[in-house]
Amino acid sequence: MVETVKQAAASAQGAPYLRIANVVKKFGDTTAVDGVDLDIRKNEIFALLGSSGCGKSTLLRMLAGMERPTSGKIILDGEDITALAPYDRPINMMFQSYALFPHMSVADNIAFGLKQDKMPKGEIDARVAEMLDLVQMRKYANRKPYQLSGGQQQRVALARSLAKRPKLLLLDEPLGALDKKLRQQTQLELVNTLEQVGVTCIMVTHDQEEAMTMATRIGIMSEGQLLQIGSPAEIYDYPNCRFTAEFIGDTNMFAGPVVVDEPDSVEIDAPELGSRIHIDHGITGPKGMQVWASIRPEDVHLDVVPQPAGPNVARGQVHDIAYLGSFSVYHVKLASGKVVKSMVAANHWHENSITPPTWGDTVYVSWRPDMPVVLTR
Amino acid sequence: MHNKLSPFLKGVLVVGFLFLYIPIVSLIVYSFNESKLVTVWGGFSTKWYVSLFNNEQIMSAVKLSIEIALASALAAVALGTIAGFVLARFKRFPGSTLFAGMMTAPMVMPEVITGLSMLLLFISMQQLVGVPTERGFFTIWVGHTTLCMAYVAVVVRSRLLEIDQSLEDAAMDLGARPLKIFFVITLPLVSQAIASGFLLSMTLSLDDLVTTAFLSGPGSTTLPQVIFSKVRLGLNPEINALASITVLVVGVVVLLANYLMLNAQRNRDKAIAAAMRESGAHS
Repeated sequence: MVETVKQAAASAQGAPYLRIANVVKKFGDTTAVDGVDLDIRKNEIFALLGSSGCGKSTLLRMLAGMERPTSGKIILDGEDITALAPYDRPINMMFQSYALFPHMSVADNIAFGLKQDKMPKGEIDARVAEMLDLVQMRKYANRKPYQLSGGQQQRVALARSLAKRPKLLLLDEPLGALDKKLRQQTQLELVNTLEQVGVTCIMVTHDQEEAMTMATRIGIMSEGQLLQIGSPAEIYDYPNCRFTAEFIGDTNMFAGPVVVDEPDSVEIDAPELGSRIHIDHGITGPKGMQVWASIRPEDVHLDVVPQPAGPNVARGQVHDIAYLGSFSVYHVKLASGKVVKSMVAANHWHENSITPPTWGDTVYVSWRPDMPVVLTR
Repeated sequence: MHNKLSPFLKGVLVVGFLFLYIPIVSLIVYSFNESKLVTVWGGFSTKWYVSLFNNEQIMSAVKLSIEIALASALAAVALGTIAGFVLARFKRFPGSTLFAGMMTAPMVMPEVITGLSMLLLFISMQQLVGVPTERGFFTIWVGHTTLCMAYVAVVVRSRLLEIDQSLEDAAMDLGARPLKIFFVITLPLVSQAIASGFLLSMTLSLDDLVTTAFLSGPGSTTLPQVIFSKVRLGLNPEINALASITVLVVGVVVLLANYLMLNAQRNRDKAIAAAMRESGAHS
């Protein structure tokens, strides 16, 4: 399988800096984290992505030391830190609520961790000044947290968590408390700061856009398990399961058995499509096996002129049109009742001198045989 | 203004205020009465204030009451804060439900029961181990502390539950140990609750009569006890003078506290508004 090959190649690039080995966390009868194995490289920004309750926050809290794993090991830079108390770990965290101490000034907040290490006062002042410059908050050093806007608080929280030069930085929904416009601007700013400092970083988020923008690699979590690990592009282009395909971006999913199994091509009988899906590469699996084919909306062609019947083609009616500016998403209802989404660029119709189809029009959806991704689970 | 009051509502308001304040106003007015009879106006005089300050019985009772109030408020704040912290922050431990129940019991228990049971305890302790040797300052102090501690615990606990627990997590993450976190992060954040618990305890202790009656001895009479016994023998203008002074002191303290709190809130609002403006100008 393509993705496992890529993963192996990626992890061969360097020895893991952080190794999470078969970590399990149970709360009573419920298993929050179910045997997670994960290797993180130095200076990487890794995103744990999943919906709420998938165990990503519990995993993060175990890395911070707030929770003790039921079983498994966490090894950071060659040292087993599984049983280390939070205050003894070379790990710092930026909390979702920022958790700035309200009774301390910005400078005192940043200095707090350094004071715990009994650092000499001169060095503390120098480090605090350096951190304030890093996040461009120098002129706010004497402000109290409530005198700052949300974006400024986020930067102070970042400075505070970086002040001790941790070996590992944890970010819990780093931009979740900001409004959407500010979030997009802050995402890149945050990545720049992290790269400037050169810190190994694990972030937890439920926002796939945030993960795709900021992370070098993403791990998809569901029900306590890591389903897939890969770069944003790998995860989007080669999902290894239905959950990932549907969780990241939008997709059209067809279920059915493999009916033709050649070394260089397969055909899937998809009852919902009303025809077969032809794929121009082989898969490992027996004939008759139940599989799913995932086709992204941007890979689905929409035609108003009749197309010859055959595999990868279906006829339907325009059910809905979502106009999104530079492109539109057409919802096409097939004879089976299944709705197929097709993304069409705004200038497509104009450039080809075609009158755009409208609600109720008969249209044809089709895709190239190299577009569907076959999923076995 | 849309919410103009109708004459009827205005009337009700006036009657309500009169009902609340006529007794207090008449008390203050009659404290300046020349006549010995409380209900007959005999001309203006401040002689009852002079005789009040010369009345050694009342003055020593005032002193004792203030000492007991301070001592029990201090003890109640120390114990009640710890209890409130345990109630709010500790995971369930064996007996935690019992502890929570016992903690609030003095608030709901009739004071007669608390007072009587403590009296019985002190008497049997005296017989068994010889302490306390007599009823007085110490026994009243223990009784008042028990009562006030419950209130402090409740106030501190509810404040702790309001505070974002990730603040304490963050302090731990940054390298502070639990005891240090308690003193450097938790205590400053609940300081207002502790202060109001202290004032509440002082108030409760200062005017407590029932528990005190069970726990006081011959040489230790608190102010409420003196007032109560004097009033039983007939109304006394000295008590009017004493009450007027109390009203004055309480009034000044409340006004001052209100003014300070309002000021702090106003500064805070201003700072927040300024921060919002600045961030608006940036983006």
